[in-house]
Amino acid sequence: MAGYRKRIKLRFRKLYSFSCCKSTFGDDHAQIGQRGYSRVVYCNEPDKPAAMKLDYRGNYVSTTKYTVVNFIPKALFEQFRRVANIYFLVVAFVSFSPLAPYSAPSIIVPLIVVIGATMVKEGVEDWRRRKQDIEANNRKVKVYVKNNTFNETKWKNLRVGDLVKVHKDEYFPADLLLLSSSDEDGICYVETMNLDGETNLKLKHSLEVTAPLCDEQSFQNFKAEIKCEDPNEHLYTFVGTFYYDGNQYPISPQQILLRDSKLKNTDYIYGVVIFTGHDTKVMQNATDPPSKRSEIERKMDKIVYVLFTTLILTSFTGSVFFGTETKKDISGGKYRRWYLRPDDTTVFYDPKRAPLAAFLHFLTGLMLYGYLIPISLYVSIEIVKVLQSIFINKDQDMYDEETDRPAYARTSNLSEELGQVYTILSDKTGTLTCNSMEFVKCSIAGVAYGRGMTEVERDLAKRRVYRPLEMDDSSSDAPVHIDDTVDSGKSIKGFNFRDKRLMNGQWVNEPHPDIIERFFLVLAICHTAIPEMDKESVEISYEAESPDEAAFVIAARELGFEFFERTQTTILLHELDHASGKIVARVYRLLHVLEFSSSRKRMSVIVRNEENQLLLLCKGADSVMFERLSPRGRHFEAKAREHIKRYAEAGLRTLVIAYRELSEDEFRTWEDEFLKAKTSVTAERDALADEVADKIERDLILLGVTAVEDKLQKGVPECIDKLAQAGIKIWVLTGDKIETAVNIGYACNLLRQGMKQIVITLDSPGIEALEKQGDKEAIARASLESVKKQIIEGGSQLSSAKESSIQFGLIIDGKSLAFALDKNLENLFLELAINCSSVICCRTSPKQKALVSVTKMVKIGTGKTTLAVGDGANDVGMLQEADIGVGISGVEGRQAVMASDYAIAQFRFLERLLLVHGHWCYRRIAMMICYFFYKNITFGFTLFWFEAYASFSGQPAYNDWYMSCYNVFFTSLPVIALGVFDQDVSARLCLKYPLLYQEGVQNILFSWPRIFGWMCNGVLSSIIIFFLTSNSIIDQAIRRDGQVADLEFLGVTMYTCVVWVVNCQMALSINYFTWIQHFFIWGSIAFWYIFLVVYGSLPPRVSSTAYKVLVEACVPSPLYWLTTLLVVISTLLPYFSYRAFQTEFRPMYHDIIQRRRSEGSEPEMPELPNQVKVRMHHLKANLRAE
Amino acid sequence: MNTKGATSSGGNDGNPSDSASPPPSKKNSKRPKYSRFTQQELPACKPILTPGWVITAFTVVGILFIPIGLVCLFASERVVEIVYQYEADCVPADYSNNVLAYIQSSDTNKTCTRTLTVPKYMKNPVFIYYQLDNFYQNHRRYVKSRSDTQLRSKAGEREIKNCPPEGTTKSGDPIVPCGLIAWSLFNDTYGFSLENEVLNVSKKNIAWKSDQEHKFGSDVYPKNFQSGGLIGGAKLNSSIPLSEQEDLIVWMRTAALPTFRKLYGKIEKELQANENITVVIQNNYNTYSFGGGKKLVLSTTGWIGGKNDFLGIAYLTVGGLCLFLAISFILVYVVKPRPLGDPSYLSWNRNPSGHLN
Repeated sequence: MAGYRKRIKLRFRKLYSFSCCKSTFGDDHAQIGQRGYSRVVYCNEPDKPAAMKLDYRGNYVSTTKYTVVNFIPKALFEQFRRVANIYFLVVAFVSFSPLAPYSAPSIIVPLIVVIGATMVKEGVEDWRRRKQDIEANNRKVKVYVKNNTFNETKWKNLRVGDLVKVHKDEYFPADLLLLSSSDEDGICYVETMNLDGETNLKLKHSLEVTAPLCDEQSFQNFKAEIKCEDPNEHLYTFVGTFYYDGNQYPISPQQILLRDSKLKNTDYIYGVVIFTGHDTKVMQNATDPPSKRSEIERKMDKIVYVLFTTLILTSFTGSVFFGTETKKDISGGKYRRWYLRPDDTTVFYDPKRAPLAAFLHFLTGLMLYGYLIPISLYVSIEIVKVLQSIFINKDQDMYDEETDRPAYARTSNLSEELGQVYTILSDKTGTLTCNSMEFVKCSIAGVAYGRGMTEVERDLAKRRVYRPLEMDDSSSDAPVHIDDTVDSGKSIKGFNFRDKRLMNGQWVNEPHPDIIERFFLVLAICHTAIPEMDKESVEISYEAESPDEAAFVIAARELGFEFFERTQTTILLHELDHASGKIVARVYRLLHVLEFSSSRKRMSVIVRNEENQLLLLCKGADSVMFERLSPRGRHFEAKAREHIKRYAEAGLRTLVIAYRELSEDEFRTWEDEFLKAKTSVTAERDALADEVADKIERDLILLGVTAVEDKLQKGVPECIDKLAQAGIKIWVLTGDKIETAVNIGYACNLLRQGMKQIVITLDSPGIEALEKQGDKEAIARASLESVKKQIIEGGSQLSSAKESSIQFGLIIDGKSLAFALDKNLENLFLELAINCSSVICCRTSPKQKALVSVTKMVKIGTGKTTLAVGDGANDVGMLQEADIGVGISGVEGRQAVMASDYAIAQFRFLERLLLVHGHWCYRRIAMMICYFFYKNITFGFTLFWFEAYASFSGQPAYNDWYMSCYNVFFTSLPVIALGVFDQDVSARLCLKYPLLYQEGVQNILFSWPRIFGWMCNGVLSSIIIFFLTSNSIIDQAIRRDGQVADLEFLGVTMYTCVVWVVNCQMALSINYFTWIQHFFIWGSIAFWYIFLVVYGSLPPRVSSTAYKVLVEACVPSPLYWLTTLLVVISTLLPYFSYRAFQTEFRPMYHDIIQRRRSEGSEPEMPELPNQVKVRMHHLKANLRAE
Repeated sequence: MNTKGATSSGGNDGNPSDSASPPPSKKNSKRPKYSRFTQQELPACKPILTPGWVITAFTVVGILFIPIGLVCLFASERVVEIVYQYEADCVPADYSNNVLAYIQSSDTNKTCTRTLTVPKYMKNPVFIYYQLDNFYQNHRRYVKSRSDTQLRSKAGEREIKNCPPEGTTKSGDPIVPCGLIAWSLFNDTYGFSLENEVLNVSKKNIAWKSDQEHKFGSDVYPKNFQSGGLIGGAKLNSSIPLSEQEDLIVWMRTAALPTFRKLYGKIEKELQANENITVVIQNNYNTYSFGGGKKLVLSTTGWIGGKNDFLGIAYLTVGGLCLFLAISFILVYVVKPRPLGDPSYLSWNRNPSGHLN
C-alpha cells in the first residue's frame, strides 16, 4: 500500500503545475538566526528543556482592553482624558480648600457616580469581549501526546512545538506549519475569510519530506527543529527553515496555516504550532477600527466651550462686584459692614487686599457656577447611544431571513450621524446586487442564445418598446418563445439560461457545433473552481473564487460538460461522446494556470486533452481580448462586439471566450521561459511572469461571449427611490461599462425618467487616436482638457435648468474620474456632482485607492456627512474613510463588516436604518443635548441671580446636597428617556414621508439659532423662577403663625420650582409619552419631595439646614404651593406660546405630519401641497422637486 | 443543486454545521425577539399642539389663575400691617450729621418714643417684626461663621473652626455661641403701650420648633459672649440655655436676601381701629455704617401669611395674559385659518399637481 502511494505521489509531484516553482532558499533565509528571525521551534518536543527555556507565550488570547488588575487605573485614565471631567476633578480637589462654596463630598459624590457609571459601562463591554475570548480559548483541538495518540485539549493549552490534528471545517488554533494532510501530496485547502475576507479556497501544501507523515504512528519518532522569523503582522510572507533528518528545507508561506482560517475540502491535517496566542499573525494584525466622532458630538464640544466662556464671564462679573463691595468695607478706619468683621478677616474677604480676594473669589465662582457644565452629559449620551444601538440590533425589520442576520451596530457613537447623511457612496456588486451570478445569455459563433429576460430588460421594456436581442437573430418560430422561462422543471442557482437550441444536447444541430463544444469546454476547464460531491444527492456543487466562475462551471454542466473532479494535474469532465452518444469521463491534463488578475483582466489554462492536443483556453474582458485575436480567429468579431454592446445595455457582465492550439515546440520553449520567470527571486517576479504569460496568450481564436446577470438585491429600487426622495445624494461606484451602468441605474431607480443625464467620458475618437500614438503626456493633457470641457458644459446645463427644477444624473467613467479628481478640476467637478441627485462612476478600478479618494473628496468637498456602503474587502478603505461605513454582510466575507460601523444584511435595510433609526437618533440626541444645556443653564443662572443679592459672596442658594443631586437624580432620567424613546412620528410615517429626513441633513434641530434659543430659554426660565419666587415669599410672613422665609425656605422653594420646571419643560417638548416617560418625569419630581423628606428627617448634624424643612416649613405654608404653581406655569408659558404659534404658523415638517396623523388624514401622496411647502421655511429649497 | 455554493460560505462563523437552509430552525435563529419595547412600539400618547389644545390650555390656565389671584389679593387685603421706618427718625437732630458717633457711643440716649395709629381692627395675635435693609445675612463669610455643633450640645463647646474672629476670647476660651452671626445679634428693643397700659410682648414660640428642639441645646449656656473689646450686638443672659433664647434662634436663621424681616414677638391682644399705640424703641443696633434701614412692623396674618399683594397680582397678570393669548389665538385662527385640515385645501389630494417620480 505504502509503496503504491509513493509511486503515485512521485508522478504527481513531477507534473504538479502549481508547484512548478520548487521552493528554494531565497535571500531572506540568510537572515535566519539574526535579529527579527530568531524564533526556534522544537517540533513535537514542547517539554524539552531547551524549548522550556525559550518560554514563548501560550495560546491564551485576550482581546480585552482591561484586566482585573489594571481596570481601575486604566479606566480612570480614559475617563479623565475628557476636558469636562478634568474640570470636575480639579473642582473636587479644590473643594477641600476654603475656596469652595460648598462641602467637598457634595462635589465628589456626583463625580464618582458619573465616572462610576461610565466605568461600569466600559466594564460590561469588556466583559463581553472576555466572554468571546473564553469561548475561543476553550475550543477543542486534538494534540499529540505520547503513545501515538491524539488527545483533545483546549486551545489555550497549546504550546509552541505541539503537534496538532485539525479536521475539516475546523479553525486552526494557532499558526501552524503544515506537515501532512489526508491528501497524499500533503495539500489542503483553507478558507481565509476571517483574515482577508476572501471566500475562495487557498491551496496550501506541505514540504515534500513531511508529506508521508500522515498517520499517528509516524509521529512516534518525529523530531525536527524550525528556525524562523519572529512574530509579525505580514499575512503573506513567512521566512523559515525546517531542520529534519540532518537536512535543511526552506519554509514558505505555502506551508503556513494561519489561526482563524478554516480547513476546507480536506479531511484532516497535521501541523506543528509555530506561533501561539498573541504571536499569531491574525492577532498581530488586530487593530481597533478607527474611532469616529459624530458631527453633533464635535458641535457639542463647541457648546461646552461656549458654556465654559459663560462660566468664566459670570464668575468674572461676580468677582468684580465682589471685589468692589469688599473694598468698600473699610474706608478711612470706618467699617462699613461691621458684622463681617472686615478688620479681622481672612484673605478671601480682606478689603485691604481686595484684588486678591476678588481673584480667589473668581475661583470660587468657577466652582459655584460649575453647574452650567453638565457633568452627566457625556455619560448620559453614552448610555443613550448604547441603548439606541441595541434598538438597531433588535429591529426585526432589519433582520434578513435568508442569511439569518440581524442588523448590527458595531459602534454606538454614530447613531445620530445616521440621521444626517448627505451623500451615500455605494459599491455596486454585492451591495446593490446579490453578487450571485446567473448565466443568462451567450453569443457563440456570432449567434446570440438565451431567452431569459433580465431585470434591466424588463425595466427597459417598461420604459420603451424593447426587443430582446435573440429576437433579431432567431428564425420566425422564435416569437412563440417570448416567455418560455419555464422550460426546465427546477430552477438552478446561478443558471437562468433558457434556449431550446442549446439545451438538452440540441446544440449538435446548430450551425457550428464544434465551436459550441469548444466554447463550453473553455467554460468547464478554464477556472479555478473545486467540485464538491454531495454524497446523498450525487449532486456536484462548486467552490469558486468568484461567483462568475461558479456560474460558468454550472452552465457548462447544465449543457453537458460536467466538471466533476480536479486533481493537481488533471481536470475530469463528463461529456458526450459523439461516436457512441454516451456520457464518458474525459481527462484533461492541466499543465499551467495563468491566473486572473485585475491588471491582466483575463485568465488562461493550458491543457492537454486525450487526443494529445495542447490547448490554451482563455477568457477575459473584451478590452484585452479582442486585440489578442489572430486574424483568422476574427470571423465573428463584429457580431460579438455588437452582442457585447447589447448585453451591456441589458445590464449583463460579459466575458470573451477564446482559445488556441499550441504546438509542442512552441509550448516547450515557452514553458522553459515561464518557469524561469516564475522561479526568479527578483522583486519583479510577478511582472516577469505576466510578461511571459502575455507571450503565449496571443493569436487566439474567438469562440463567443458569455453574459451573466448579477441580480439586483430585493427591494433595491424601492430603497433607492425612498432615499432619493429623502433628498440624499447617491453615488454608485462600479466597474461596469457606461451602458451597463446607465441601465442598472434605471433598473434601481438611481436614474429616473425625466432626469437629465450628464455623461463625462474619455471614449472620444480624438483621445482614442492619441492613445494609439502612445504619447502619454499628450494623452494626459488632452484628457484633462476634454474632461474640463465636459464638466463646464455640464455645469452650464445645470445652471440653465435651475429654474425648471429638473433633476440631473451624472455619469462619469473611471478614466475621466481620475482627471476630474485632479487638483485643478476637483472643485469644478464637485460643484457639478453635488448638484446632481445621483452620480454613477463607472469603469472604476476596484483598487481601494480610487474609492478612497472619491470618498475623501466627497466628504471634504461637501463638508457634510458621507456614508459608504460596501460588502467586499476592496471597500474597506472607503468604509473607513467615510463618516459612516455600512458593511453589507453578504457573500464576500466579513472584511467589510469588520471595517464598518454598521452591518446590515441587505441594501434595502439602509432605508430603515437611515430614515427611521437615523432620523430618530438624530432627533433624540439633538433634543437631548439642547435640553441638557437648557436645564443646566436654568439651574446655574438661578444661582447667579441669587448671588447678585448676596453681594456676590459665593453663597449658594441651595443646600449642597440638593445641588449635587440635581444632575444625577432629579433631572437625568427623563433626559435619558427622551434620548432613548422619543419619536416625533412613528416608523411607518418616517418611511412614508422621507422628506422628513432633511431635518437631519440640514441639521435643523441642532443649528446654532436653536441651541442659543434653548440657552436663552434657560436664562429666561431662571430669571422668572428667581424673581417670582423671591418676590412672592420674601419679607412678609409665609403662614398664619407669623414665621418668615429664611434662606433655606427660599432655596427649597426655588429648587422645587426648578425641578418642576425642567421636568415639565421636558414633558412639553417630547412627542411620545409611554409609561416610561411618565414614570421618569413624574418620578423625578416625586423623588425630589421624597428626597427632601428623607434627607430632612436625618439628624441635623447630617442634614444641617435642610432639617425638617419640607415637613415643618414648606408643606404647612400655602405660599409654598401657590408660588410653585405660579412659577411653574409662568416659566413654561413663553416656551408653550412659542411652540403653539410656531406649530400653527411656521410649522416644521414633522409638525405637519403629526397634525395629519392626529387628524387621521394621511394622504397617499408623500409630497406636500405647494401652499404648505412655502410655509416650510426651515427646509431649504434644494429638495427633490416633483 | 449547489445550494451550498457561494452564499453559504459567507457567514455562520462558529456554526459547525454551516447549514444555510433558508428558514433556520426557530431555536437557533438570530431573529431579534419581538417585544413592543425593543421594536419601539410601546403604547404611547402623542400629544400635539393642535389649536384646540392650545386654546384649551390657555383658557384653563386663565380661568384657574384669575380666581386664585383674586382670592390671594382678597386674603392679602384683610391683613393689616403697620410699618414704621425709624432709623432716621430716632436719631436726635444734633447727631444727624454724625449718626455713627451717636450709635456707637454708649453714653447717648437711644430711647425713642413714637405713637402709631392702628388703621384697622387688628385681630390677635399681632406679630411684631423688625425689618433690616441692606444687611447681608446671606454673605458667605457671615453664613458660615457659626458652629452648629457648639450650639447643639455642651460637648461641642470647642468646635469653633468656622467662628474666628469671634471664636475665642483673648485668653483662648471658647465663646458660646461663637461666630459672627451670634455676635451681631440684633439689639433694638421695642416696648408697647396702649393708652398708658403696657402691652405685653410675648417672645414665646417665635422660633421654629425644630431649631429650638434639635439645633439649640438646652444644656448650652452662653459663655464669654460679647466679652471682647468689640461688642457687636445684644448680650445674652448666661443663665438661660440657648434653646430658650428665642431671639438668638430667630436671628441665627439667616435671611435669604439683604432685606429681611424677623419675628420680634407677639402681642396677644387685639387692637381696635384708630387706637394709638405708643412705641418705645431702644435704637441700639448699628445699621448706619452700611446705610441700612430699620423698620418696625406690626402685622396680623391670614391663611396666606402676611400682607402679600405681589402673589395675587402675579396670578392675575399671568391669568390675564393666558386669556389674552387664548383670545388672540382664536382670533388669528378665525381670521386667518390654518391651511392644513381645512377641507378646501385638500383639493391637492384629488388633483395630482405633484407627481410621484
